[in-house]
Amino acid sequence: MTDNSKSVAPPASPMLDRRDERVAHSASVGDSIRALLDRIRSGDLGMLPVIVGLIIIWTVFSILNPVFLTPNNLVNLLFDSSTVGIISLGIVCMLMVGEIDLSVGSVSGVASAILGVLWVNQGLPAGLAMLAAVAAGALIGFLYAQLFNRFGMPSFVATLAGLLTFLGLQLYLLGTTGSINLPYGSPLVRFGQLMVMPAIVSVILAAVPGVVMLYTGYRTAARRRAAGLSSQSSGGIIARAAAVTIVAELIVAYLNQGRGVPWMFGLFVGLVLAMQYALTRTRWGRSMFAVGGNREAARRAGINVRAIYTSAFVCCSTLAAFGGIMAASRLASSSQQAGTGDVNLNAIAAAVIGGTSLFGGRGSAYSALLGIIVIQSISSGLTLLDLSSSLRYMITGGVLAIAVIVDSLARRSRVSHGRA
Amino acid sequence: MTNTEQGAARLQGAPATGDPVLSLRGISKHFGAVSALTDIDLDVHAGEVVALVGDNGAGKSTLVKILSGVHQPSAGTIRFQGETVTLDDPSAALSLGIATVFQDLALCENLDVVANIFLGKELNALQMDEVSMETRSWMLLNELSARIPSVRVAVASLSGGQRQTVAIARSLLLDPKLILLDEPTAALGVAQTAEVLDLIERVRDRGLGVVMISHNMEDVRAVADRVVVLRLGRNNGEFTPDASNEELVSAITGASNNSVSRRAGRRQAQAAQHPESGQ
Repeated sequence: MTDNSKSVAPPASPMLDRRDERVAHSASVGDSIRALLDRIRSGDLGMLPVIVGLIIIWTVFSILNPVFLTPNNLVNLLFDSSTVGIISLGIVCMLMVGEIDLSVGSVSGVASAILGVLWVNQGLPAGLAMLAAVAAGALIGFLYAQLFNRFGMPSFVATLAGLLTFLGLQLYLLGTTGSINLPYGSPLVRFGQLMVMPAIVSVILAAVPGVVMLYTGYRTAARRRAAGLSSQSSGGIIARAAAVTIVAELIVAYLNQGRGVPWMFGLFVGLVLAMQYALTRTRWGRSMFAVGGNREAARRAGINVRAIYTSAFVCCSTLAAFGGIMAASRLASSSQQAGTGDVNLNAIAAAVIGGTSLFGGRGSAYSALLGIIVIQSISSGLTLLDLSSSLRYMITGGVLAIAVIVDSLARRSRVSHGRA
Repeated sequence: MTNTEQGAARLQGAPATGDPVLSLRGISKHFGAVSALTDIDLDVHAGEVVALVGDNGAGKSTLVKILSGVHQPSAGTIRFQGETVTLDDPSAALSLGIATVFQDLALCENLDVVANIFLGKELNALQMDEVSMETRSWMLLNELSARIPSVRVAVASLSGGQRQTVAIARSLLLDPKLILLDEPTAALGVAQTAEVLDLIERVRDRGLGVVMISHNMEDVRAVADRVVVLRLGRNNGEFTPDASNEELVSAITGASNNSVSRRAGRRQAQAAQHPESGQ
């Protein structure tokens, strides 16, 4: 047969996935770095632009105002990042399936209004009021999904209509008072304004990711070896886990010089990790990528595409509502301004700046975390420089434009390098 | 290539026998006033490649869509492995063991080979078993003697032939009894076409029934055991792959006077004048 006519059969490699001699396999650390550079050159940028951006922004602002990099300013920055960051996490879900939600700001505003009205005005328990607000968010997402699935309404139109509708609902709920103050000293407000982790807790939590990486890394490597596949070397696993642990511990140690790590930021990071797991390790997440990449192919593979869209819309609105509750607790009030202004754009910009593609099927939950830190750094830095919000809006808008340009150019480069 | 030798060797061997895997009787499909298919009969045996040929609009793709559960027939019966079945939707066809490789392959370019092969059928929904999925993917690809450099690269970076291989490997995942290939070589180059035809033979050698739609008579001749011609939604003859181009083309077009037959006529005339030159 044809195989025999081949010049020389390659020596049979023990590894099932190392038999093709055409593929360069990175064995040493140098090879891995070279492969990484190759990937970046072909437009597979991943987290690189956001990390470079963050370094530039922090350098510039700390030169302009040394207060910027003080631990307490960074702690404040993390408090602020968490609220919009949670909203941005929902946007990641929407972008993943190639759709968008422009109404997350209004939905977060409605959620904070529901919280204020039910908790303060109606006297319901805070937990119940929060649950109602989150449920309202889920309902809104379900509504969008119905408009999208049943009437084929483009998501940006459906949610643009929702933006105005729910802004109106927010104003209606708050009525004549205009804003409702949440009781100071209540656990929710203290959570949003004051509560930080004890130093020891933050140090332990910062070590958890490294330990988990070490454990899962070893387990996966053992299973792959048993299955006859190539596996990561122990040295590589340890090096990566150590790098993550060192970075996390350094950040925590620095923040503990000031007030410490906010619990709210811990919650946000927890949600990011949970979302990342769901997106990369579950069938649901795989289906999200597939629907974002090629909707028709996903349908023919037996994926319930409508259900996936519904889950994305519900996920996004629910997280937006939850972010709205966190924002209300941060401000200790449910006001008519909640969720207006730049909240919408910041949440979307954060996801895009962090590297989640506007074109669908490409991104990660980490982009919400890194992206929102970039956005809040700009905002915080400009505030420290005593610049008005007019300038802040313009600069944030410019950063978003740059992020989208990078995304588009990287996509073009990926297509020409066959990495789409 | 060795394809032609294999084709010639096989023709002398016995064709597939036994009960048909798939048996269609009197299948009709109307779209409003248009009869896309009228009284189609078709049998496919295990270990047999049936080529479905016909002009544009002959009803080939409609027939494949009926078999893959996308459309429902207006009349007629489908018997699969001896039992009458109804194919209400694509998943019904899949669970019976009818796999389809669509013309556009329906792959997600942003996902890697393993993810595409297991799309919608991932092992362990809440904690995907990547190791088992990767091992199984390699087994499938190796069974097809596929030359895929790595199963962890995005499908976007694969060539057309390699993508076709992935699509065929995916169709084999659920151990189907019958594979439908819609224009498997239409978009491919010479070497890749040969690769795909090799693949089809290997699938056939595994004992599966294969239905292949193609416009390319050379490809049909290379792998098919039988050639079924559709014309305007009706059966228009069944041929062995060694039937002449004239016969096939006139069955497909329904006309005996066309450029192929004219040229063949001229050649025959020439051959008659100069018997030593041959064809």
